[in-house]
Amino acid sequence: MDKLRLRFEKTGRAIYISHLDLMATMQRGFSRAGLRLQYSEGFNPHPLISILLPLSVGTASICELMDFRLREETDLQALSERLTAALPEGIRVREVWPCERKSAELKWLDVCGRLEYDRGLPSPEELTAFFSRPEIVIEKKTKRGLGITDIRPAIDRISLCAEDGCIRLDARISAQEPTLNPELLPAALRQLQPELAPDFAAFTRLETYDRDHQIYR
Amino acid sequence: MDKRLERILPRVQKPARYTGGEYNQILKDPDAVELRLAFCFPDTYEIGMSNLGMSILYQTMNSLPFVWCERVFAPWGDMYAEMKRAGIPLYALESGDPLSAFDSIAFSIGYEMAYTTVLDMLNMAGLPLRSADRPALLPLVWAGGTAAVNAEPMAPFLDLFVIGEGEEVNNELLTLLRRAKREGWTKQTFLRRAAQIGGVYVPSLYEVAYREDGEVASVRPKDGAPEKVVKRIVEDLDAAPFPVRPPVPSTEVVHDRVSIELFRGCVRGCRFCQAGHVYRPIRAKKKETLIRQGIEALQNTGYQELTLLSLSTSDYRDLPALCDGLLEYCEDRSIGLSLPSLRADNFSMELMQKLQKVRKSGLTFAVEGGSQRLRDVINKNVTEEDLLNTCAIAFSGGWNNVKLYYMLGLPTETDEDILGIAAMANAVLHCWRTHAKNKNRGVRITVSTSCFIPKPHSPFQWEAQISTEEYLRRVELLRGAITAKNVVYNWHDAETSLIEAVLSKGDRRLADVIEQVSRDGGRLDAWSDYFSFDRWMKAFERCGIDPHFYANREIPTDAVLPWDHIDVGVRRQHLLRERERAYRAELSPDCRRQCSACGAAGLLKEGRCDG
Repeated sequence: MDKLRLRFEKTGRAIYISHLDLMATMQRGFSRAGLRLQYSEGFNPHPLISILLPLSVGTASICELMDFRLREETDLQALSERLTAALPEGIRVREVWPCERKSAELKWLDVCGRLEYDRGLPSPEELTAFFSRPEIVIEKKTKRGLGITDIRPAIDRISLCAEDGCIRLDARISAQEPTLNPELLPAALRQLQPELAPDFAAFTRLETYDRDHQIYR
Repeated sequence: MDKRLERILPRVQKPARYTGGEYNQILKDPDAVELRLAFCFPDTYEIGMSNLGMSILYQTMNSLPFVWCERVFAPWGDMYAEMKRAGIPLYALESGDPLSAFDSIAFSIGYEMAYTTVLDMLNMAGLPLRSADRPALLPLVWAGGTAAVNAEPMAPFLDLFVIGEGEEVNNELLTLLRRAKREGWTKQTFLRRAAQIGGVYVPSLYEVAYREDGEVASVRPKDGAPEKVVKRIVEDLDAAPFPVRPPVPSTEVVHDRVSIELFRGCVRGCRFCQAGHVYRPIRAKKKETLIRQGIEALQNTGYQELTLLSLSTSDYRDLPALCDGLLEYCEDRSIGLSLPSLRADNFSMELMQKLQKVRKSGLTFAVEGGSQRLRDVINKNVTEEDLLNTCAIAFSGGWNNVKLYYMLGLPTETDEDILGIAAMANAVLHCWRTHAKNKNRGVRITVSTSCFIPKPHSPFQWEAQISTEEYLRRVELLRGAITAKNVVYNWHDAETSLIEAVLSKGDRRLADVIEQVSRDGGRLDAWSDYFSFDRWMKAFERCGIDPHFYANREIPTDAVLPWDHIDVGVRRQHLLRERERAYRAELSPDCRRQCSACGAAGLLKEGRCDG
């Protein structure tokens, strides 16, 4: 069977499921829905599923993409509901379609964040000014230890405003090459302007885009 | 979700174990039920969610429409510290509600080293630890599980215990509790009536007196409580509810698979083994039931592995047909079938080869004793010849990883027996040299020893544990005798074994020690990460209690045992007879060859023991 792609949400209690555990959870979801995944050939066969952009634990998303192959022809229309019914609380499949685009074409991500301040909000203008600097050079843990990186090029646009006693952050950030984990936005504040740093921040992925800022599916 | 929790969760290891929300979790409307029950497992989520007993009872208790039973586990150290700091009380996974919202709190206690965690969870729930300090009927705090066969060390903390299998008695108890809540009974009234339910043990209705030499003088029931509390069992396992729709963890747990239970009890009668005696009589499920439940559970969980559970898989009468029936479903779907607890015989090997076509995991043999004499003493019916024959088949079939388990400190053990362990490991190595298919891959033989712990309701319940010094001497003796570089030797920590022996054979006076250890920060003592021998020894000292009195003394056979008022079905006379045979190194035939009239069949009203 051809490669299929689905878009799913991961919200609520499900945001704490790690990427690796999510793969097992998805595999079991297919099995519970009575859908037989295609397996790889070879000594240790594993199901052919892959999630395009791994999501950090604690980040929500309404635009996760996953590719898979089924062993049998299935009605794609009914698939979303069938799978959602077989998945844990907080994981909902929204649509399924034959996969056409390469995962490398995915470039930008829209995210929103809720920044919580326990001792009063800073001014959104000051925050916006911070992220509008020509460069934001921070220290970041990498595989080879601590590295120095400028995260500014990975931010296409960003806006901040006060909402419900928190600061709401909206941004379009680079999803791949380079990958910007939105957690690095408050981390930059902590490193460079700690008086603006929130006590807690939670993010949600909203939408995926290609290089030309067209919605990527 | 609690705002404070939301801030903590991203910081702790594996947060998905603290959130609930798993597929197949049972959700109910709290306003539509009459009793909310917090079902606590005094260990981590990963251990508790792997426990079939917990899974069975979660389903049976939730089958009562007036009950909502939710799961509670003990947080790992990082989460524990974060919860303390943020002032978050222990909460149940399904609703996220704190334990103060519940009418009843029940613990499943499978092993003694979980005792401090029980107290810790009560403490995290904001409840007084001792039953006497909780005068109100609600929340009713109770426990069951294998450790309840000697409930005495925990007796002052729990309002009541359920002895034996909980499928039926738990629901009888909850039905009575609903009535008590409706009618506004006092705790005293409820406990007196609960004590009339078969299998319910209310410790406060038993007065224990001690002799000057420290032995128990008497245990006297009052207020109409029965002289002996007789263990409850489920007679017909085919008709008993089985969780074919268990919650599926969204994070990796220890046993990530479907488990089906072949039978309860054991026909073997190894004399050190508590489980083999307290789970009697032997009741098997029909293979048709097992195949149906196994397939249903696989469909409802999506698991990729199925395992057969029992104390001795090879003793299931229909094993080949059962495996064929399950394989028919599993093979085509890449679902693995695993068979733990196989005996070391040819038949088992053929089966293993059939199951493990691709991946060859290690083989594990519980040999227990290093010489035939010692194995006869403990009635472990495995010969060196059996073991080597099995190994020969395994090695020629491509296996190259063998684990051998033994106990040190078994009654009558001599240095010669211990050296026999090293000799056996060498014989296995020689067997590999002779039979290995591909010697370039090498071989790994692991010898593990633990320290014998005398357990209540086993033929060795009167025995003493050897001292830690003596255990370590025996470990050194064996260590020196194992010279081959392909043989690795691991030994279980002596200090944990001592504490486990004390708690296993303990009486009510130990409650003070357990409470002290808990107050000093003891929790998750089954984990070497958290166990502190020092903390235990200080608590013994502070409470004026000698641990060696409990662990290292042989109890005279005419003494009153702290657990004598708990009747698990197997007669004391049978245990004594088995112990005498042990000293004569006499084997007892297994139940299938000859019934030993152990007494457990008396628990069956209609069915017959499958021994």
